[in-house]
Amino acid sequence: MSSARPIATTRSSAGMPTGRLAVWWVIASEIVIFGGILASYIMHRLAHDAFAAQAAHTNTWIGAFNTFVLLTSSLSAVMAHRAADHGDAKGAANYLWLTVGGGATFLIVKAFEWTHEIREGFTITSSTFWSFYYTAAGIHASHVLAGMVLMSYIALDAAKGREMQRVEYVGLYWHFVDIVWIFLFPLLYIAK
Amino acid sequence: MSDHAAHDHGHDHGGHGAGEHVHHPNYVRIWAILLALLIVSVAGPFIGIKLVTLMTAFGIAIVKAYLVVKNFMHIDIAAKYVAYFVVTALVFMFLFFAGAAPDVMKAQGRNWEKPSWVSGAVHAGTPGLEHGEEHGEGHGEEHP
Repeated sequence: MSSARPIATTRSSAGMPTGRLAVWWVIASEIVIFGGILASYIMHRLAHDAFAAQAAHTNTWIGAFNTFVLLTSSLSAVMAHRAADHGDAKGAANYLWLTVGGGATFLIVKAFEWTHEIREGFTITSSTFWSFYYTAAGIHASHVLAGMVLMSYIALDAAKGREMQRVEYVGLYWHFVDIVWIFLFPLLYIAK
Repeated sequence: MSDHAAHDHGHDHGGHGAGEHVHHPNYVRIWAILLALLIVSVAGPFIGIKLVTLMTAFGIAIVKAYLVVKNFMHIDIAAKYVAYFVVTALVFMFLFFAGAAPDVMKAQGRNWEKPSWVSGAVHAGTPGLEHGEEHGEGHGEEHP
């Protein structure tokens, strides 16, 4: 029973390509993971006014800059999708590399931010707020890193016109990571 | 194999349902709207009114998320059940919140009371409450 292509990229009995369906399933499960973290943070934030005093130490401008970076990388991810739809393999690959660059910028800024905060004495064991801060932002950053690795792999293929459907799939994942940050930003940087 | 997939792309990838092509809106315009909303959410706290800060922070976060899901992720033209299982995941999140929040936010309920070592820790200055939390602006819990 040999097949010219993996079934997952071609079967669409569910009304859509199975690869896309799989990504949506991943996103739904990630909603539960990040949703649990965000919901836990919110209930602690509401119960403990002292969280506000701790949140005052986070740098809103750095958070805003990283939000700008992620929103812009989402733009390049969806531009890659459009280029792939139009059969522009090189364009799709280039937009994917731009998105990877956005992810790298985000992580570099985060590294400087965390270094500064740790030097100031705010570590993961400093208080409940900082535990949430490093856990939530850390898990999010690991998703950014995973997205960059996946996107680099897909960009290499896309440049050769291969497996172009994956350009959209990895974009879906990237937009979700962007949405998580859209909610983390006001929780950790604005609600002081 | 890969070449086949690439060839198939026009049919497979472009069709969100059964063969129709994705409508690509003006993404740069949507991105510009998202940036404008970001500026409002950062500017909100400068007004100094708590309600305005909450609205500009979380209200705008919901609007931004909606714009990304609708325009970048194209959920409105995906199969209907995709929206259903995304909403189901969100409902589970709210159920978790509703189930766990009383334990976190209250010191006691009708048939239960928070153990003394938990409520006591708040006043004892445990390592988890350093850096000002023990001197914070009130804990918000009612202790028996």
